[in-house]
Amino acid sequence: MATVKVLITLKPGVLDAPGQAIRQGLRALGYEVEEVRVGKYLEIVVPERAAGEAVANAASAEADEMCARFLANPLIETWQIAALPGGVGSEPPS
Amino acid sequence: MIWGVVTFPGSNCDRDCVHVLRDVLAQDVREVWHEHRSLAGLDAVVLPGGFSYGDYLRAGAIAATAPVMVGVREAAHRGAVILGICNGFQILTEAGLLPGTLLPNRHFRFICRDVWVRVETTRTPFTQGLRVGDLLRMPIAHAEGRYMVPAEVRAQLENQAQVVFRYVDARGRAVPSANPNGAVGAIAGVCNAQGNVVGLMPHPERCAESLMGSTDGRRLFESVAASVLTAMAGR
Amino acid sequence: MNLTAEEYRVICASLGRAPNEVERHCFEVMWSEHCAYKHSREILRRLPTAGARVLQGPGENAGVVDLGEGWAVVWKMESHNHPSAVDPYHGAATGVGGIIRDVLAMGARPIALLDSLRFGPLDGVRARRLLHGVVGGIAGYGNRVGIPTVGGEVAVDPAYRENPLVNVACLGLVRSDRIARGRADPPGAVLLYAGARTGRDGIGGAAFASDALDAETEPSDRAAVQIGDPFAGKCLVEATLEALGTGHVLGLQDMGAGGLTCAAAEMSARSGRGVVINLDRVPCRESSMTSREILLSESQERMLLVAAAEHVEVLASIFRRWGLVADVVGRVTEDGRFHAQAGGASVADLPAALLTHAPSRRVVPVPPSTDGVEASRARPPLRDPARMLLRLLATPEVCSKQPIFEQYDHMVQVRTVVRPGFGAAVLRLPESPPRGLALTVDGNGRWCAVDPYGGAAASVLEAAANLACVGAEPLAVTDCLNFASPEVPEVFWTFVRAVDGIAAACRALDVPVVGGNVSFYNEGPGGPILPTPVVAMVGLIPDVRGVPPPAAEGDGLILLGPPEAALGGSLYAREAWGKHGGALFAVDFPAAARTLACVREAVRRGVIALAHDVSDGGLAVALAECCLALGSGADILLPAAERTDAALFGEGGTRIVCAVPRAHLPDVRVLALEHDVPLAVLGQLEGRLLRIRDAGETGATAIQGEGGAIVLALDQIRRAWMRLGSVI
Repeated sequence: MATVKVLITLKPGVLDAPGQAIRQGLRALGYEVEEVRVGKYLEIVVPERAAGEAVANAASAEADEMCARFLANPLIETWQIAALPGGVGSEPPS
Repeated sequence: MIWGVVTFPGSNCDRDCVHVLRDVLAQDVREVWHEHRSLAGLDAVVLPGGFSYGDYLRAGAIAATAPVMVGVREAAHRGAVILGICNGFQILTEAGLLPGTLLPNRHFRFICRDVWVRVETTRTPFTQGLRVGDLLRMPIAHAEGRYMVPAEVRAQLENQAQVVFRYVDARGRAVPSANPNGAVGAIAGVCNAQGNVVGLMPHPERCAESLMGSTDGRRLFESVAASVLTAMAGR
Repeated sequence: MNLTAEEYRVICASLGRAPNEVERHCFEVMWSEHCAYKHSREILRRLPTAGARVLQGPGENAGVVDLGEGWAVVWKMESHNHPSAVDPYHGAATGVGGIIRDVLAMGARPIALLDSLRFGPLDGVRARRLLHGVVGGIAGYGNRVGIPTVGGEVAVDPAYRENPLVNVACLGLVRSDRIARGRADPPGAVLLYAGARTGRDGIGGAAFASDALDAETEPSDRAAVQIGDPFAGKCLVEATLEALGTGHVLGLQDMGAGGLTCAAAEMSARSGRGVVINLDRVPCRESSMTSREILLSESQERMLLVAAAEHVEVLASIFRRWGLVADVVGRVTEDGRFHAQAGGASVADLPAALLTHAPSRRVVPVPPSTDGVEASRARPPLRDPARMLLRLLATPEVCSKQPIFEQYDHMVQVRTVVRPGFGAAVLRLPESPPRGLALTVDGNGRWCAVDPYGGAAASVLEAAANLACVGAEPLAVTDCLNFASPEVPEVFWTFVRAVDGIAAACRALDVPVVGGNVSFYNEGPGGPILPTPVVAMVGLIPDVRGVPPPAAEGDGLILLGPPEAALGGSLYAREAWGKHGGALFAVDFPAAARTLACVREAVRRGVIALAHDVSDGGLAVALAECCLALGSGADILLPAAERTDAALFGEGGTRIVCAVPRAHLPDVRVLALEHDVPLAVLGQLEGRLLRIRDAGETGATAIQGEGGAIVLALDQIRRAWMRLGSVI
């Protein structure tokens, strides 16, 4: 199997109300914070279809479609995908 | 005519809509489960408010993939009247049946209170029985009602009379303080190009009886009924 | 180990052997104060719980009261204080989830929520964060499950700083011939688990002893605060109601504190039957869960149903259709035992009645040393009454809660006729028109700190007054009794006195207490909380369509009820002196009952434009609130009084301020005479200023200010009253 790690973020320029509220909270706690943007991180485990690197690539292509069709709202969001062999539980994409 | 009210897992205002249509307006109403694909025979379909699928992923995003949306698309295509209220509006935008998207409110809080909206066009079945400039007192109750649409699309909406309702103050002015959630252009509701699909954030089913404080919402449902019956008579 | 040596001895003696590890942990949870009510059970028997309308009193998941015409209301309040201190959002959210399921367990559709919240003073960062989190949690859960939060209250005191109080009441509606009960019966019926999967929520931390571990794997390290899923909660409500509609549900209970064990044991103990549970069949969302974890998990959104085997598939399919799991996990037996099995072996085998009946713990109540009553001489007179009035209007107790209730969907289900913001909420009953229900929640830690008996009684009277002001007759009370450690005799004394006070007031008004909750051990490094019994009351309105007559310039403002008031325990004493301010006002039950009956009748007859009870902040605050509600100023002349501050801001007595259209004043006078209730004309509606003068000009106690009066513009009053918006 392969784990596809998807990071969905708001497009620049879209007003991020949750991000603003969070920034306020951090500043109230005394942190100097310029901006906060809130996104989503998903780990999608897909079954094994081909061996080795091909798994990761296939998973990425399919995940791209998942994002375009459903996981993200293309009007206001963009996404990054990293696919790795194995299950959930390791580092998020850099 | 026959109305349908769709229930998704997490819909809350389905029962309220059924109550208003069936008990207050004595309409023929079918309750439609989200897994039911065909809406053949329904003249009007309501996607009610609530938190379908808990608003997980994005408000309305998961509901937009439900089997019933196949039927909603077909119904919209054949000219049936489709009304999306609050979460229903969110679902219609996610399904691509209405332009734009609904984002978290500007002040990132759930807001439940009355607002004034102005009728901007009477070319939809919901507003056919009203006049442009009419002011309606309706309640909102949402955390993600900030309507957003790219500037060029917004220009189209305004020019093609696809903006149906706008947030205004008691005197009908679209001033910033009257906009509860930061929606672009203070837009509270829109329709598709054809005019038969309408989405709005306020809840007309909550102001359809005098005991509830306002009957302005009732006028929207009555307008639909009149419009559909006229169309049926014309066939 | 959380069991005392004596409790352990009782268990061994009853079993004829020592309990095994799993069984011991079951006792530790089931015999905890939270589940077993060891300190409170005996005392709670003093509450009046019976009445002609009571269909179900305490002892089930919630109380049920007959409305007539085939309908009944379900009423219960619960506290979630400690979890809210740890994680305000999720603590409050799961509190809402839990009380909804208690009401659902009686077969009712939950139709309204009320919240009663207490924090440290809101100038503290932590208090503001707690308030923000708690309100967010209640909104987050209540809004998503589509149940309107229609009312509540907020109070502050340094004593709640580390111990916030979060009490949530839930109202349900059920057909009186379809009330469900938490009983496991008959033998041979199966236990159907429905809802969300079981995880390790609520396990770990203080609940489990650090000594001898299981022969099985160690429990995972998991936070003690449960996370709820309101989407699952909503689906569970709809699926459960649909399942009940089949008529095949023989017994029903939610899995809350104590999880599956508590639900199954209580259901079997109530019916005198037993249960066999197969832990291998319990749907889990985590792997390798131990027997103890499965038995005692407090994962949310789970119900336990009892049904005949031949009906199980129909019921299970309903839950699955709603996206929930449903599996048979056991069956009802004849032997009265709670029997759990895993992997074919018995892991627990206990008498159900033993699990559900921990021995009571008796404490000898001792009144605290009398230091609470300060001498009158120590109370300096009031210098600037207008400024004090504005200050009281800005307190969290009095100020507008709009920034809070606007975060709650208070209109869903289209029943809300009177929205939150001013007195009791009113719901219509389309099922049984033209009737309606009124709801209110009231408590007062300040009053109870001075006199727990009088303070608790007065809270009941205040709730009844709020109902009378909308023409509602009290139907039932539910309570949350929030106290510190019952093992401290002085604290236990306040608990006993408070229960006695509630009992006396409920008897005087002939209102039963149909259920409630006790929360002990609310204390921290800073000390104990104020004794805080909270009362929620629901009342019946025969015709909810009645629209009060409009109020106009020149209409009268009158006071119904005795003119006396005291400064002891008053909000004014706290704000002006930082002290309790002396003895509490005396409570006069017969006088209160007469005043309530008078107001109720006057409101129902439509001769009152607005009725408002006098409570926090006294008469001046009540008058200011009336002016805000009516959008009008007033000219008020108070009778000469020994102390101006007591006349303006004293609390106590059941006193109602009414705005009466001039044409109806004679009718109100007649009603007052008939009910033997004192009536005083305070003044009239006039202009845009609130003017309060007193008839005396007696030197230092005369009202200072312009022309010997309080003179405040409506705008000034409103600005002070809207203060909360700048805090949250």
